[in-house]
Amino acid sequence: MSRQAIQRLGFAVLTIVAVLVVAPIFLVVAVVVFRGLQGISWEFLTAMPRDGMKAGGIFPAIVGTLLLTSGTALVAVPMGLGGAIYLSEYAHDNWLTRAVRLALVNLAGIPSIVYGLFGLGLFVLFLRLGTSVVAGSLTLAMMTIPVIISTAEEALRAVPTEFRTVNLSLGGSRWQGIRRIVLPQALPGITTGIILGLLRAAGETAPILFTVAAFYMPQLPRSPLDQTMALPYHLYVISTQVPNMPGTIQYGTALVLLALVLSMNILASVIRTYFRRRRQW
Amino acid sequence: MGKNKPAASRADRAVEALLRVAGLSTIGMVVLIFVFLLQQGLPVFFRVPLRDFLGTRWYPTEGYYGALPLILGSLLVTVVAVVVAVPLGICTAVFVRELAPGWVRELLKPAIEVLAGIPSVVLGFLGMTVIAPWVRTTLGAPTGLTALTGAVILAYMALPTIISVAEDALDAVPKSLRDASLAMGATRWQTIWKVTVPAARSGIVTAIMLGMGRAIGETMAVMMVTGNAARMPLTADSLFRPVRTITATIAAEMGEVANGSTHYQALFALGILLFLVTFLINLTAASAIFAKRRQGGLR
Amino acid sequence: MVDPISAKIRFEDVSYAYGKDTVLRNIKLGIPSNHITVLFGPAGSGKSTLLRLINRLNDLADDTSLTGRVLLDDEDIYAAGTDVAALRRRVGMVFALPLPLPGTIRYNVLYGPTLGSIQKQADLDSLLVQSLQRAALWDEVKDRLDSPANRLSGGQQQRLCIARSLAQQPEVLLLDEPTSGLDPISTAKVEESLMELERECTIVIVPHSVQQGARLSDYAAFLLMGELVEQGPDKQLFTAPKDKRTEDYVTGRFG
Repeated sequence: MSRQAIQRLGFAVLTIVAVLVVAPIFLVVAVVVFRGLQGISWEFLTAMPRDGMKAGGIFPAIVGTLLLTSGTALVAVPMGLGGAIYLSEYAHDNWLTRAVRLALVNLAGIPSIVYGLFGLGLFVLFLRLGTSVVAGSLTLAMMTIPVIISTAEEALRAVPTEFRTVNLSLGGSRWQGIRRIVLPQALPGITTGIILGLLRAAGETAPILFTVAAFYMPQLPRSPLDQTMALPYHLYVISTQVPNMPGTIQYGTALVLLALVLSMNILASVIRTYFRRRRQW
Repeated sequence: MGKNKPAASRADRAVEALLRVAGLSTIGMVVLIFVFLLQQGLPVFFRVPLRDFLGTRWYPTEGYYGALPLILGSLLVTVVAVVVAVPLGICTAVFVRELAPGWVRELLKPAIEVLAGIPSVVLGFLGMTVIAPWVRTTLGAPTGLTALTGAVILAYMALPTIISVAEDALDAVPKSLRDASLAMGATRWQTIWKVTVPAARSGIVTAIMLGMGRAIGETMAVMMVTGNAARMPLTADSLFRPVRTITATIAAEMGEVANGSTHYQALFALGILLFLVTFLINLTAASAIFAKRRQGGLR
Repeated sequence: MVDPISAKIRFEDVSYAYGKDTVLRNIKLGIPSNHITVLFGPAGSGKSTLLRLINRLNDLADDTSLTGRVLLDDEDIYAAGTDVAALRRRVGMVFALPLPLPGTIRYNVLYGPTLGSIQKQADLDSLLVQSLQRAALWDEVKDRLDSPANRLSGGQQQRLCIARSLAQQPEVLLLDEPTSGLDPISTAKVEESLMELERECTIVIVPHSVQQGARLSDYAAFLLMGELVEQGPDKQLFTAPKDKRTEDYVTGRFG
């Protein structure tokens, strides 16, 4: 076989592999959307579950996931952003900074179920927060912080050094330069990173299993120390723990979760592309 | 800097101190997690000798805490997942970076990002409702919830990580290297496999390690599709029978144990094991990145 | 030598090193007030480093060492407790490439003043006009003060950077090859505005060519491999250099 023929064959194989890898993604989304749409109704989105969750809606799970995500943001955004600014703008290249980077690599790799264990041990039991929105949010925040730090640091580093030098040369302090120039310029990238981090938190199940998630709760949480239902856990429950669950409710729940996560995903890429086109450097 | 440190205002120093706390807290978090796991999990070895902990029977209700079936279960699905995902991932990365025309790339990259964003519980759910029945009918496994089903889902979940990291690695290979190879008369195909991919080797190793870390730590999807039988996966047909991983064990059992019981401690001990294994994997992956960064290869 | 009494800036036996790499050796130099001083020499002669020492921009680099003293109005600017921000407001800096900040023309010019105490809108407005006029840019931009600074041409951007420094009402203006990226017409405009400025402010410039140095010089210093070879008033270094090395460089035998 000639070299050209080998190349043609090889390229064909690569193309087929790529299609094999990517096509199921569209398939997954399509299946969830088409089957899920049959289960979606106004009632499904806004009503409490009834008849052992086999009827009614998933309102408390939706609210629960939004609550948990907001709680996560409340802790993870300031911590993550602060850490990113420190690493990008202040940290010198010394052993301490290397230790921070090592810690980041490690944190990013810890399995979510281990975060769940830790959250149970520290927040639920040791700090006596109980299985609660606070404990769940803190646990999710722990795993979101490293994501936000890495993406935000990258966005900050992309801002040209010269802007910082100009600020200093005009008598500005380091922090003035960060606040007035670097942060605004890095904001789209930082926002994208925050959204991607929170999106992951919103879809996670393992960390909330023992820290907040309620199997079934016919009401909304009334305080941060209450349990709550949450979409990912709810989907887990109705697809494994409850026999004879109607498929419409399962797929409907999967669709709501997927829509939430994908819309955040799309928002992130819209922000990224829009501002990349508009930036002045 | 030394004695010439710029004099900063008090507010500036306060801000810097705050930011430093946020940055250094990451070290604190790692230490806190590890110490906490140790403190909750290690006492199990006063009650269950290490030899028993590495036994072959995991029946906590009857006092058997042999974690070997779980460890081997995790190993089996992870290894199979990686074996499936690595060639697919690298080929896709090569396709995206070296072959695909611009518009195809613009289509593929967001699709892969979407895959990375799909919650594992959704993939687990689809694994149960779509893949498991298929495995049952085509392979004749009784429930379709098998190690293979889990490995396929895991492979799929590891793909975005492998693809994007490998793609970055290929991207970092200087164009001059490729041009030199082409100029010497090599075809693009030869250049890809004899020049570009080898030059990106360390980045590709990183991609594989990160993918493996992702697979070994994955919980929900695996728990939903592997059938969760704690048996030793040593027979030849183990791939087509139910299996149980470390992560699934923790997730399934922690909700029902009493705080401080032997079972509770044993599950934390499994957590320590996971922590250490993923730490090692990620360290290996990162050391390739750090080494590159020092040479100035990667930005 | 400039009479030490009238010198605005004085280097007293200054040596400077990055790590083990000594880039300036025993510099003794006085820079006259309200004149243009030209620091020139071949690449790597230490002229830019010398310039940056005056507003302590080299503080940013790790692992540097300075011996000797740098005096501004007879005060050691490297003494402990120096307010570096205040120093940099007194000593402005213009870089080789125009570096407009992302934002409007107005934002750029007023960046410095709004960092500090000036907050009254009327003050800011007059400062804006005044600074742009002094940098000879006002006529070209007065109708589009709120359009993005990066839409200006290169020469306009560089004059904007000068205006931005002038808005701080600095006593000293440092320029590091400010016209290296500009066409001859823009260069001429920048040079013109500098000659206007020297009445109110001490200017130290690293020129981007010997010819430019000769055009601007009220006082000049020639540096070679970290050493100050020769210094002298007016165009003396360019027309009647005393040192053979200066002569060789000025006449184009090396560099």
